[in-house]
Amino acid sequence: MQKKSKKHFLICSIGGIVSGFCNGLFGSGGGTIVVPFLEDFLKLNPKRAHATTILIILVYSLVSLGFYGFSKTLDFSLALKVSAGGILGGYLGAKFLNKLSFKTIHKIFGIFMMIAAVRMVFF
Amino acid sequence: MIGEILSGLFSGIISGMGIGGGTILIPALTMLLNIDQHIAQGVNLLFFIPTAIIALIIHKKNNNLEFKIALPLLIFGLIGAALGSFVAISINAGLLKRLFGIFLFFMGGYEMYKGFRK
Repeated sequence: MQKKSKKHFLICSIGGIVSGFCNGLFGSGGGTIVVPFLEDFLKLNPKRAHATTILIILVYSLVSLGFYGFSKTLDFSLALKVSAGGILGGYLGAKFLNKLSFKTIHKIFGIFMMIAAVRMVFF
Repeated sequence: MIGEILSGLFSGIISGMGIGGGTILIPALTMLLNIDQHIAQGVNLLFFIPTAIIALIIHKKNNNLEFKIALPLLIFGLIGAALGSFVAISINAGLLKRLFGIFLFFMGGYEMYKGFRK
């Protein structure tokens, strides 16, 4: 029993540090680590995993924002404009959730991301 | 102004479908609108806060949150987030952008994997 919980603790600590590090370094992407972690390792169902992830990423983001703010790299007016679009987008996205095939979205999304990635690295 | 709102709109749609919107927003801001990498990342973090709070209020009401389980992850994650942000603000925008590009490449690969697996 002790061995199991030590291993559990170790994995949670690594998962936490890696996902938090991603959030701080890239300002995004922590969720991609936390969600599968909660589902596969901690056995949460997808709904609870996604909901709990939002809480975790919220806390990470507040910490990261503290550092970014300290270094004066926060543009509130830009964030406001983006959020205006984002709130409408979130609503539309949630409505469309049932209408499009997930697999197709993942494929298209993945291709765009990889193309963008190459551009970001080389140009 | 339109460009910023549209970037937010598109990324919001993606997030609304439960797929990470931030990894689309940041490249959109840096490549289409020529915004500095640090600023784009900061905007993504800021943008997340109110949407997360609203979502969490609903999730809390529906009792979907696992506070106890989240705790160890959270505590170590705080350390990770502090380390990561410290590195981010210490390196220059060009380097951060290229690192982000590498990260994005692997995220894109993972998305494609999700699209093709059974």
